[in-house]
Order: sequence, then structure tokens, then C-alpha cells
Amino acid sequence: MDDKTIVCRCEDVTLEEVREAIAGGARTLDEIKRLKRCGMGPCQGRTCRPLIAGEIARLTGQDQANLALPTFRPPAIPLKLGTLARGGAKNEQA
Amino acid sequence: MNRHEVIIIGGGVTGCSIAYHLAARGMRDVAVLERAYLTSGATGRCGAGFRHQWGTKTNCLLAKYAIAQLERLAEELDYPGGVEIKQGGYLILAYTPRMEEQFKKNLALQKSLGIDARWVTPQEAREIVPFLNTKGLLGATFCAKDGHANPFKVTDAYARAARRLGVKIHTYTEVQDIKIEGSLKTVITNRGAFQAPVVVNAAGGHAAEIGRMVGVDLPVVPERHQILVTEPVEPTLGPMVMSFYHNLYCQQTPHGSFIMGLGDPNEPKEYNVRSSWQFLSQMAQKVVWLLPVLKNVRVVRQWAGVYDMSPDRQPVLGEVPEVPGFYVAAGFSGHGFMIAPMTGQLMAEIILGLPTTLPVDMFSLSRFTTGELFVEPSVV
Repeated sequence: MDDKTIVCRCEDVTLEEVREAIAGGARTLDEIKRLKRCGMGPCQGRTCRPLIAGEIARLTGQDQANLALPTFRPPAIPLKLGTLARGGAKNEQA
Repeated sequence: MNRHEVIIIGGGVTGCSIAYHLAARGMRDVAVLERAYLTSGATGRCGAGFRHQWGTKTNCLLAKYAIAQLERLAEELDYPGGVEIKQGGYLILAYTPRMEEQFKKNLALQKSLGIDARWVTPQEAREIVPFLNTKGLLGATFCAKDGHANPFKVTDAYARAARRLGVKIHTYTEVQDIKIEGSLKTVITNRGAFQAPVVVNAAGGHAAEIGRMVGVDLPVVPERHQILVTEPVEPTLGPMVMSFYHNLYCQQTPHGSFIMGLGDPNEPKEYNVRSSWQFLSQMAQKVVWLLPVLKNVRVVRQWAGVYDMSPDRQPVLGEVPEVPGFYVAAGFSGHGFMIAPMTGQLMAEIILGLPTTLPVDMFSLSRFTTGELFVEPSVV
């Protein structure tokens, strides 16, 4: 993969930007996510997470299996506020 | 052993700002200890807003000076790409005659301090936010200079500038204990011991735990606040819309996503950063009522963070008289990010024995013993 390869398709983050963050001292997925937004889009990092983890492992000599993953946050898929606003009342009756 | 002049506990925006302001004033032998990564606590979980619209002279001036620094932060700290400043204003909604009365008092105070905020009628509010539901609305206050900054980037900008001046920042370094011998403090962490005559507690929701390590009882407790973010859409909403009546705030970031949060008065005082489905449901109901156009915008993610609450919801800033050399900058109660530039400046001035730019006596820890609480009428 070259520098211009987009690793996070939701937020248009290139490999170059990821490498820049690692060069700036970032060692974890959490740090890169917060500085570059990769993993903050609608897919919540399903595509970029392993790609970036691989890059961190390669550039910092860590074992990819030992890298901490960012917290998986709800909802699992993007949901409209209107849908959520209707759902609450129904659940309260249950 | 790592020996320094100053150790700052906490790598949030407050800790990094203090480190930068110390270094910028010549105190460069500073270490910042952060238990996880920078911004991993309240800073990175906050609503990212800043406002001038406060109800006390102290907070109005603190905000005014801090926002002036935020406006030129990227330039001052040489931070390429900027810190995502958006000044779309804050629209603070009034629903009861009592709120209207208080807000008008606040406006008079703000005006006397050179803050350009004004009263707007429901109709004028709809000119600022065309899709605002004005049902039951008596009016609102609006300050066009209020807005948004990116907390990750503000912190990163301070951290990078501090590092360039010689500050050492240790992430994934968790403070486990503090021992005091004479004036020297030894801070024991999972990554070895650090020593300094001056220790600053900027640990946010963990500040009371750090206080206990030196025998100081800090009345600062963590309180969970939840928040969500939507997918990015075209610029639709200029200002932060804030309602003390609904206990909510909502703004659109320069990135296009909407960030919104809701306070829960029954939230237990404990360290909890897990999110709940109840929040998602209540937030959606309230925001769709207030800003109906948002019903078609999708929620991408929800999370939670803790406010570091003090009894009067104002920070504790300064040295603890019983433990010379031990300083506190905590208890921000939900408005730590927006004043962080001034917190850093004032704390640096206090630590270095310089005259402070603004009065700080009202933030002393002793106010909780003497009962001279600092009451701010304008907080969420």
C-alpha cells in the first residue's frame, strides 16, 4: 500500500496521515482515531481498524495481537434520531 | 529515578495547558503523567463547546480571556491545520419567567464586561435557527462569538508545544501513590518513580483519589454525562443550542456531525463511563422535539464521560495550604475544556509566584471550609 491509499473510507484518512500520527508518537489505535478521525465514521472502524493496527505493529515493532482495540460503541449500525425517538415510548410499556 | 521541578498528574487539556504555560514562562523541567493516552479522560469525551455567556464576573472574564486564546491558539502554538474553531454562537433558551429574569441579569453583566451577547425573541431565534421549535419559548440569549473547538487538537497543540520546550509527557503511566519527605514528593507509577518539589493534581474525575494519596480531602466527585454524535451532513445549524430547561445541548461541528448531550439530575456519583440505551432514547425524543429536522439524521456513536463535580460546580485552583508544593486544578464540573487556556496560564502564574492575570482567590479549596461558596447561576 502506498501513502495515498485511503485506509478509512468513512473519513477519507490516508495511510500517509496514519504514518504521520505514528511518527508523531502515537502508539495505539485510540490515539490515531482521536487525532485523525479514522474509525469515527458510520462503519465505526470495521474496515480501517485491522489495517491501522497492522501499520502500528509494522512501524513500532509491536505484536499486532497485543494492540488494545478502541471501545466498541453503540449503536451497532447508524440509526435515525426519529426512529430512536419513537422507540423509547414503546419500550417503556414493556 | 526521574527528577523534575514540576510533575503534573493528568494528560487532559488542563494538564497539557498547565505544562505549556509553565514552559513558556521558563519552567521547562516539567513531566506530565497520564494513565492512558492524552485526552482519554473527560477532555476527549466532552461536548467541545465554549461560551462567554456566564452569570458571574469571574466566569465571564475567565471565558473571555480563554476564548481569546483559543481563537489564536493554532498560530501561537504553531499547530498546522488548526484546532477547528467554529464561532456560530450559543443560543441559550429561556422557558420560564425566572430564567428570562436571570438571563437578562446575565446579559447586563456580560455587556458591562465587553461581551457582545443579546436577548432575542422567539421569532429572532428562528432567524438564527430556522427549524427551531419555539413552542413555549419566551426568548433566548445569543452570543455570536461562542462556539466549538476540537478538544483532541487543542490538547495535542498544547502537548506538542510543551514538548518542543522540553516538557516530558509520559502516557500509559498511572500514578499509584505519592510519598512526601520534606519538600520532595515521590510519585510512584506503574512505570517507575518520579520526584519533584511541586506536584499538580489535574486528574479530573480521579482528582479526589490523587488527593487522598497526600492526605488531602478534595470534595470532587465524578458524575457521568452521556453524549452522542451523528453522521456528518451539510452545514445546517449555526449555533450551539442550549436549554437549561431540558438540560440539553446540541451543536453541529465544523466536520458536519451533530454532537448532543443530556444531563441527568439523578445520575449516581461514581466513576462510570459506560453508555445506556435510556440516554439514546431520551436524547432522541428531546432533540427531535426541539429541532425536528434532525429526525432524519443518523446517530453513529454514543459514549459517556465524567464531570469532575465540586460542591459549587466551580473548579478548585491553587496550592493546598496543608501540603506546600501540592497544587490542584480540578473540579471543573463540566466546563473545564473551554477555560483550559486560562487555567493553564493562571496555574503557571500561581506556581511560579507571579501576579495572576485574573483574581483566583474565589477558587481556593478553603472556600468549602469557610462556606464562601462560589455560586454560578448559569451552568448545565
